Amino acid sequence: MQAFTTLKGLVAPMDRANVDTDAIIPKQFLKSIKRTGYGPFLFDEWRYEDRGEPGMDCTNRPLKKDFVLNQARYQGAKILLARENFGCGSSREHAPWAILDYGFTCVIAPSFADIFYNNCFKNGILPIVLDDAIVDQLFRESLASEAYALNVDLQAQTVTTPSGASFSFEVDAFRKECLLKGLDDIGLTLIEADAIRAYEDQRRGQAPWLGL
Amino acid sequence: MARTLFDKVWDQHVVKANEDGSTLLYIDRHLVHEVTSPQAFEGLRLTGRKPWRASAAVATPDHNVPTTDRAKGIVDPVSRIQVEALDDNCREFGITEFGMHDVRQGVVHVVGPEQGLTLPGMTVVCGDSHTSTHGAFASIAMGIGTSEVEHVLATQCLIQKKPKRMRISVEGALPKGITGKDVALYIIGIIGTAGGTGYAIEFAGSAIRELSMEGRMSLCNMAIEAGARCGMVAADQVTLDYVKGRPYSPKAGDWDQAVAAWRELHSDANAVFDKEMLLQASDIAPQVSWGTSPEMVLPVTAAVPHLKDARDAVQHEGWQRALEYMGLKEGVKLTDIAVDKVFIGSCTNGRIEDFRAAAEVVKGKRVASNVYLALAVPGSGLVKKQAEAEGLDEVFRAAGFEWREPGCSMCLAMNADRLEPGERCASTSNRNFEGRQGMGGRTHLVSPAMAAAAAIAGHFVDIRDWE
Repeated sequence: MQAFTTLKGLVAPMDRANVDTDAIIPKQFLKSIKRTGYGPFLFDEWRYEDRGEPGMDCTNRPLKKDFVLNQARYQGAKILLARENFGCGSSREHAPWAILDYGFTCVIAPSFADIFYNNCFKNGILPIVLDDAIVDQLFRESLASEAYALNVDLQAQTVTTPSGASFSFEVDAFRKECLLKGLDDIGLTLIEADAIRAYEDQRRGQAPWLGL
Repeated sequence: MARTLFDKVWDQHVVKANEDGSTLLYIDRHLVHEVTSPQAFEGLRLTGRKPWRASAAVATPDHNVPTTDRAKGIVDPVSRIQVEALDDNCREFGITEFGMHDVRQGVVHVVGPEQGLTLPGMTVVCGDSHTSTHGAFASIAMGIGTSEVEHVLATQCLIQKKPKRMRISVEGALPKGITGKDVALYIIGIIGTAGGTGYAIEFAGSAIRELSMEGRMSLCNMAIEAGARCGMVAADQVTLDYVKGRPYSPKAGDWDQAVAAWRELHSDANAVFDKEMLLQASDIAPQVSWGTSPEMVLPVTAAVPHLKDARDAVQHEGWQRALEYMGLKEGVKLTDIAVDKVFIGSCTNGRIEDFRAAAEVVKGKRVASNVYLALAVPGSGLVKKQAEAEGLDEVFRAAGFEWREPGCSMCLAMNADRLEPGERCASTSNRNFEGRQGMGGRTHLVSPAMAAAAAIAGHFVDIRDWE
């Protein structure tokens, strides 16, 4: 996994609450058995006029011009600014894969759905929760000025605006450590192999029907 | 100290509590399907890792499988490759699979309980958000992403932060015609799709205890639509009666020992929850969703809301978008909304009780002329077999329904079963998101009996008035 330390990135504001993972990456693209290649289909139904199919060449597909990611000023955005309950619904990790493959490595919102939030950390994407009022302010500022970029510092747990205003955010110590170092958490868990075996031995006696 | 049901099951599965507040949690059962597992198996191959305990995992293909003649195989080559990848991966890694032509195949959340793979007090995971279904058995059951699927395969554990605990009690007798599905939609209508975020929800109270296991599964299934990490119901005699005698249930001496342990799977009398909510069963009417989020739901007697009644700007905007997408006008009575298609099935409502309820409604009647496709899709091969033994397939066919092979089908339309743009569907599934049942498709979530009645009448009707 790619480590995440600091990021200075253009912000794309998606002003819509309760964005679900079906919208982030529609079901037909879940047939792929790869982890990559989802970026062109991110938000497919909101982004294109026609129906997307897996394997399609998206370069000449008709675009919905009003959609935020289709606007010239947001090309190359690295930070997705979103509203409450972002990533609700299906557990599909294809949603963060699509977000990452498109080029976003940070999503800022007032709240996230649990599974999506967790899935982000497994893929080198930093999901940041900020208060409603701060998110409102970021929306206003990003809409008001082109090339609006934010500085994100995971170590310091801060988001800094172009005018120098800085906001701190919370992140679990374990997740932060994994993301900062790009750690494979399966490897970390396997360090505890003896503890897992000891647990199984003890549990086998308590609950023989589990077939441990 | 008095503990909640969630705490009891959680405590029993702690391998290690870390200083940073995370917990290494042991996973008893891992259910696997074709969509969220191929990248996880690929990860094992790339790192040279083996499954920690292959016997903990059981797989079945469900999302991509055709619901028509299976003998013809899967026409869509991309879907076929994904299903074949599951077959190959299970063979390579020594995992039991109920393949596409096995009578035990079906929607993974129907198959697990049906086989006795889901047992009280277990930790159950699956790369699917509707894993919450299995919480009906007093288990901690959580949907996970593909990275965590790989993590569980490799270590039999997950690194978890303990969620907060919420109890939602529904007291009193459920009125006639009210099902677990209606209870679920009613609760989501009140607390919203983020109301349960960060919580494990225990559903309690006399109305919940009255529900069958099928009803409890429908309810826990939709805990994820309230944003909850999991949903749970305490184990009782109803649970034990359901579990007993299933292929993977404990046998002989093990059974008595298991039952003794399972009798403890309830919240202690003085257990403290982070949040509590009390609802009255008598307040619950048959529910119909009108919008593009499960929280946009109303009693069937209501009308599509007026924008002026939105509580804030966010809800106003959400409603406005939903009205436009759904092609609905403010103030239209729900019973005046006509449907084009009807879908009965899914991990929410694809069990035998669901088909019995729907069959009772359609028996001796015909699907309305404006409804040009009515699908009955059993949740598993064994549900199909049982329904056929009871003659339910004939009841559905005689009424003009198509009786199909088991799978997820039009709940998410990864196979050929889907809505076309603008089509409106009465569906027993769990999500009415934009495009969920097909691009541009319009979904109304209802119970099986309500869907069946809509198929016959051609529009939504109050099942309490059904003749």
